[in-house]
Amino acid sequence: MIAFLVRRFGQALVVMFVISLISFSIQDNLGDPLREMVGQSVSEAERQALRDEMGLNDPFLVQYWRFLKKAVRGDLGDSYFFKKPALDVILEKFPATMELVIGATLIILFLSIPIGVYCAINPRSWFTKLMMGMSIVGISIPVFLTAIMLIYLFSIGLGWLPSFGRGETTMIGFWETGFLTRDGLLHLILPSIALSSIMLPLFIRLIRSEMMEVLEQDYIRFAWAKGLSRTRIWFLHALKNTLLPVITVGGVQIGTMIAYTILTETVFQWPGMGFLFLEAVNRVDTPLIIAYLIVVGVIFVITNTLVDLIYGLVNPTVRLAGGQA
Amino acid sequence: MALLEVKGLEVKFPMRHGELTALRDVSFSLDKGERLGIVGESGAGKSVAAFAILNLIGRPGYISNGEIIFEGSDLAKMNARQIRSIRGNRINMIFQDPMMTLNPVLTIGTQMIECLQTHMNLNREQARERSIEKLRQVQIPSPEDRIDQYPHELSGGMRQRVVIAIALLTDPSVIIADEPTTALDVTIQAEIMELLLSLCEDNDVALMLITHDLGVVSQVTQRTIVMYAGRVVEEGPTRRIVENARHPYTHGLIDALPERTAPGMRLNQIPGVMPSLAAIPTGCSFNPRCEHVMDVCRSEQPGYVTDGEFRVACHWVAGREQQK
Repeated sequence: MIAFLVRRFGQALVVMFVISLISFSIQDNLGDPLREMVGQSVSEAERQALRDEMGLNDPFLVQYWRFLKKAVRGDLGDSYFFKKPALDVILEKFPATMELVIGATLIILFLSIPIGVYCAINPRSWFTKLMMGMSIVGISIPVFLTAIMLIYLFSIGLGWLPSFGRGETTMIGFWETGFLTRDGLLHLILPSIALSSIMLPLFIRLIRSEMMEVLEQDYIRFAWAKGLSRTRIWFLHALKNTLLPVITVGGVQIGTMIAYTILTETVFQWPGMGFLFLEAVNRVDTPLIIAYLIVVGVIFVITNTLVDLIYGLVNPTVRLAGGQA
Repeated sequence: MALLEVKGLEVKFPMRHGELTALRDVSFSLDKGERLGIVGESGAGKSVAAFAILNLIGRPGYISNGEIIFEGSDLAKMNARQIRSIRGNRINMIFQDPMMTLNPVLTIGTQMIECLQTHMNLNREQARERSIEKLRQVQIPSPEDRIDQYPHELSGGMRQRVVIAIALLTDPSVIIADEPTTALDVTIQAEIMELLLSLCEDNDVALMLITHDLGVVSQVTQRTIVMYAGRVVEEGPTRRIVENARHPYTHGLIDALPERTAPGMRLNQIPGVMPSLAAIPTGCSFNPRCEHVMDVCRSEQPGYVTDGEFRVACHWVAGREQQK
């Protein structure tokens, strides 16, 4: 277990290094940070002097080395726009994005398992056919379009739910949460649905097909032959085997969902990391862009590690390296 | 009165182009503590017959006709709840491949205790005690530890012992064993078969042994049924079938036994293959492969010629009987 975590940490460092190298090397192609930072009145000579002062004219490797030296101490540079450490700016927005991801994950968890199982058990029912049809539509429509349609329907048309922002939030330590107020929760509904709109159909289909395969296995026939109740066979014998591959795929997808937050947050003006990232790109705020990519990389590594740990707990045939054989 | 009596069982599978008949007019009976063998090549309908008894045929298959009388009631007419109280309780099954039969993510104990808690009024402690006791009966070393292990931690032979232990848990009156040793190592096949037989005998359990191996059947069963293309073609006391088979198909099976061939010689075989259910020949379904085929075999399905406990469905045999 410990050995596994240590090895994972080593892998994470390599991943972080690669991410930083890639994001650092594309920064020159994003545009000129000076254009956004200084007014029109500043002359070209002054701009050049400023570039020298900021080290932007140094060779790539020199700049990267300077970045790395600071990065290992947790300093990812200052945001050009906010004039604050980029990491602080990102982490301030982290709770907003995290709560959005949690909202979407809850929707996916509580809907995909019952629906997927139902569709596997009753492959011919009209509900299954409806779900299979709808899931294709859901997967095919891009997130931003779903988001706009949701706003049109529930905010503009029916006027039930707010269309932008986080609403009223409370601070718990450093964490700014919208979970504790009614207004905050109402604001969370539409963005969460929009964010889950791609993953939910994907998971329903995944759970359905895995479950259908499991139901054909000999051990399920044996369970029937043992005279067990239907609920026990479906929800213990079959579901536990169904969830193994779902956990693996699901872990990767949670990481991907963070990428979709950029779209969702933009449409809903959700003050999270994704929205911030898009602003940073517009402002050519390179330290902020790099910091965002690295933070997302860390989240990826953490979720994948957690998924591996959970998988090891659920699947008895897997023993994590260093665990008891 | 027989313990289990199957009468005129017919099983159909609706397909896109009409229905396929997997079993037609299958009848046999099983007495208390008796050992019955069901023999035939792959696709003869042996397993379908076994699953049909417990109404476990996979959808869309269904029992279209016939009765399955067990301890006085018809299993074919029972509702889901009633049949569940028979399955795994009064009539238990042993499957072919122990690697696939046990659920990989549940411990041996869980898979045993759930049977007891479903069918007998035992609490967890009692169920566990009884499970360990049964594991000991199937000669699993240190059952107290094994019971908390997962199937993948056991060898194939050990797993089949566990499956046998599960089948014996509820003191059933019938065990249906579908090729119980086929998937095992040759070296332990005899051992497992021996164990199964002695446990059935000790507990007065009737055994229905389904296999394609007439050699096994001849050694362990009292009566034998030979099936071909979903139909019973010959039935009788095992000794009589092995020593004096009447049906040309049974002859073929016996001749195909390795011990019938001198060392170094080619093994005998029945020419051709079992027809698929969608293309069963008219008349006697064995006629394209039969060496004694006559014109009537191609047009008319043969009826049974009976002689006491013995019966056979063959025009050729019937003709010879008449000449006598």
